[in-house]
Amino acid sequence: MALDEYKPQKGGSELETDHQFKYVGTRPDRPDGFDKVTGRARFGADMYAPGMLHAAILRSPHAHARIVRIDTSKAEAMEGVKAVVTRADFSKNVPFAPGMAGEFWNILENVMAGEKVLYDGHAVAAVAATTPLIARDALKAIEVEYEILPHVTDVDEAMKPDAPVIREGAADKSVPEGMHPNVVRYHESGHGDVEAGFAEADLVIEDHFTTEATHQGYIEPHACLATLGSDGKGELWCCTQGHWYVQKVCAALLDLETANLRVTASEIGGGFGGKTTVFIEPVALALSRKANRPVKLVMSRSEVFRATGPTASASMDIKIGMKKDGTITAAKGEFRLQGGAFPGAPMEFTAMCAFACYNLKNVHQVGYDVMTNRPKQAAYRAPGSPMAAFAVESVIDELCNRLGLDPIEVRLKNAAREGTKASYGPTFPRIGLVETLEAAKAHPHYSAPLKPGQGRGISCGFWFNHGGETSVSLALSEDGSAQVMVGTPDIGGSRASMALMAAEVLGIPFEKIRVTIADTGSLGYNEISHGSRVTYASGLATIKAAQDAVRKLRQRAADKWGIDVEAVDWVDGCAVPSGPNAGDFDPLPLAEITKNMGATGGPISGHYEATPEGAGVSFATHIVDAEVDRETGSTRVVRYTVVQDAGKAIHPTYVEGQFQGGAAQGIGWALNEEYIYGPDGRLQNPGFLDYRIPVASDLPMIDTVIVEVPNPGHPYGVRGVGETSICPPLAAIANAVSNAAGVRLRDLPMRPSRILEELEKQQGDA
Amino acid sequence: MKKIHVTTKINGDTVEFLCDPRETLLDVLRDRLGLTGAKEGCGTGDCGACSVTVDGRLTCSCLMLGVEAEGHEIGTVEGIADGEELHPLQKKFIEYAALQCGICTPGILVAAKNLLERNPDPTEEEVRYWLAGNLCRCTGYDKIIRAVLDTAAEMREAS
Ligand code: FES
Ligand code: FES
Repeated sequence: MALDEYKPQKGGSELETDHQFKYVGTRPDRPDGFDKVTGRARFGADMYAPGMLHAAILRSPHAHARIVRIDTSKAEAMEGVKAVVTRADFSKNVPFAPGMAGEFWNILENVMAGEKVLYDGHAVAAVAATTPLIARDALKAIEVEYEILPHVTDVDEAMKPDAPVIREGAADKSVPEGMHPNVVRYHESGHGDVEAGFAEADLVIEDHFTTEATHQGYIEPHACLATLGSDGKGELWCCTQGHWYVQKVCAALLDLETANLRVTASEIGGGFGGKTTVFIEPVALALSRKANRPVKLVMSRSEVFRATGPTASASMDIKIGMKKDGTITAAKGEFRLQGGAFPGAPMEFTAMCAFACYNLKNVHQVGYDVMTNRPKQAAYRAPGSPMAAFAVESVIDELCNRLGLDPIEVRLKNAAREGTKASYGPTFPRIGLVETLEAAKAHPHYSAPLKPGQGRGISCGFWFNHGGETSVSLALSEDGSAQVMVGTPDIGGSRASMALMAAEVLGIPFEKIRVTIADTGSLGYNEISHGSRVTYASGLATIKAAQDAVRKLRQRAADKWGIDVEAVDWVDGCAVPSGPNAGDFDPLPLAEITKNMGATGGPISGHYEATPEGAGVSFATHIVDAEVDRETGSTRVVRYTVVQDAGKAIHPTYVEGQFQGGAAQGIGWALNEEYIYGPDGRLQNPGFLDYRIPVASDLPMIDTVIVEVPNPGHPYGVRGVGETSICPPLAAIANAVSNAAGVRLRDLPMRPSRILEELEKQQGDA
Repeated sequence: MKKIHVTTKINGDTVEFLCDPRETLLDVLRDRLGLTGAKEGCGTGDCGACSVTVDGRLTCSCLMLGVEAEGHEIGTVEGIADGEELHPLQKKFIEYAALQCGICTPGILVAAKNLLERNPDPTEEEVRYWLAGNLCRCTGYDKIIRAVLDTAAEMREAS
């Protein structure tokens, strides 16, 4: 979800309240399961074309430098090298928004450096050759002369007066005067009078928190296969969360007509937000155009770490006041996020999500988007929200501890409910935070005894969820089966949920429905699979497309029976005469109608396109037990329970999977994962050995409770579940660590060295 | 560099190929033999997405050279099913939703099958440690572990 796309939830109910579900809520095998367990599913790197070349990208070893000269002649002269590209091979007139913040320009600058390299790993040239080995050798033959410039990689350092300027004039109008040019966007929101609120409090805690950048860590590196001719027509196969967006960006960067570039989304090996933008696709297309051959480009893991979007890192100040009875009187937060060498760190989401769980009279939040010499950040699961939850929920926990209050009771007392004016502006319609807190309180985990050395923590979390441009088509076959074409890549089982919703409307079995992820040449624009929008928006469009087809099926029955279409109902997969004609004719099954459709008016299809704006916000409460080893400082999560409002779980097993996956990523963020930069500005851990994501032996089973408080903006009540699950873990674990070892960690990750340091301080104090 | 001729057995079939001595077994499987089930997640032995068996031993095919396959027997995900009949692990992975994106799945299936061949009755902890070299970023491992344990139980019952 791009930063400018967030719209507050609109009123009006889509909900079909009296629905008795037959398929929705069941747990059938996913339609693409067979392909994925046999190795035959084709991911980004699994495509080959006749005459295909292999490409590789030369990347900057410097954090910040001027490119004085690039000489590619030796590489070009090598046998087997078919094309070399630099920035000169891309568009000179990319659409360009005012204030040097135009996102297409940023993307162009990111995929191939212009005058300066802005971070370690920034692309400067690329080669296409007949084999991957020749392409790699040719990179070594490219000569680049750099004039090294001072760099900065830390967010607080980058705001200091003497910090090197990444790019002059990048700030937009929101930034108050007198700020460092590296501060490029500014956000302020809230309501009430926080100072008056703090004066009413019995206890006020003010603290500073930091979180390090973490990578989405999808196991599949970015990969694509590009074909482009000098006639301006091209084909692109790539792993992406949104192929229409890829089409639009690549067309702009290469001066093509958008419609002349057909993009097909491969199966996608994880994204979590990191595949919502482009990194290599325009480069492969430029090489293909120059070589007049198909070009395959696959990133290495170290390239993924160095040059694709990690999340932003954050430096935050939180102040919260509470009365003895647990009432929060005021809350204030300042959030400074760095998102690399480009504008775009999601600081307004951080600010807007920070206090969204609570009904606050007085709240104020400020955000700064700061540029540094790091890779361009990309969305990562609820972008901006987890760091805010870490800071805010830690302070609330500390207040509860010091006032001797139960952390769930305090959250219930202050929880946002229907009618609450949200900290970020709108008034909440029906929401499910209280239900998740009640379910957590009632869960056996919350009252289970702890072993010595263990502590329990809880935390809440919030995400907006999202709608976005969506287009879905559905076509019936003569035998009564149905194909559904959606435009949102299936990252974690969405084909199954689409098929369930279509089955529900059509009244035919799940197995009779085939869901295809359409290419850009087969369907209208679909926004990226992001913002937890797929089950909500593509789901809504699938339901409406199926209803469109049902209307036509009823019409055919009405024609056959010679009655009015209004007198035909659709019940359990059959047209049934109703009203005055009830019982006049036998029910007509779908397959009976489609069998003759050619002779009764032609093919029967359904279609729906819109930008649905009724996405329903979602909340979660997590409970975690952690054990701290006082000798080594290492922390182990021993029990974990996720409670989250899904609105409606279409395929509950995959909903649980989203909950568990988000929790596991949060555990990694809390305990081990971080981008580590050396004094030279180079990334020191660009590999899975040193950037350690949780492995199977690190984790316990992750229990889940699905709460269902229907979203009024979706016919079946769906809210979307992908993102909220990563918001609570950071604070829940910090709170558990605090309860286990008596130390409060305010900087992530809570690596053993940090815990040991705190334990030493604790001993010194005692 | 001059290519080298290699003779090997893959999923029971004799296979010959020519490869550059710098190519990994994973490169050969994918780019020369069209066996794209094994995936490259890292190329450095850290993610397990490229897992295969070499003479029955679980191996990262990204850490072995193609030429080293000479005279050995390689097993890949493509050889796990028996004709059209899926292996019990494959069925259970679908049933349990032990995959979301599915990129880790081929490697995890190869590793899990190898575990069950050695230890038909593993504990949860044994499964977790055996699979600790196979990264999955989507699932949090919960459903994977359950699927493996349940397959083991079912296979014990069947035998
Ligand atoms: S690709 Fe071989 S272990 Fe990751
Ligand atoms: S299912 Fe995506 S990495 Fe395991």
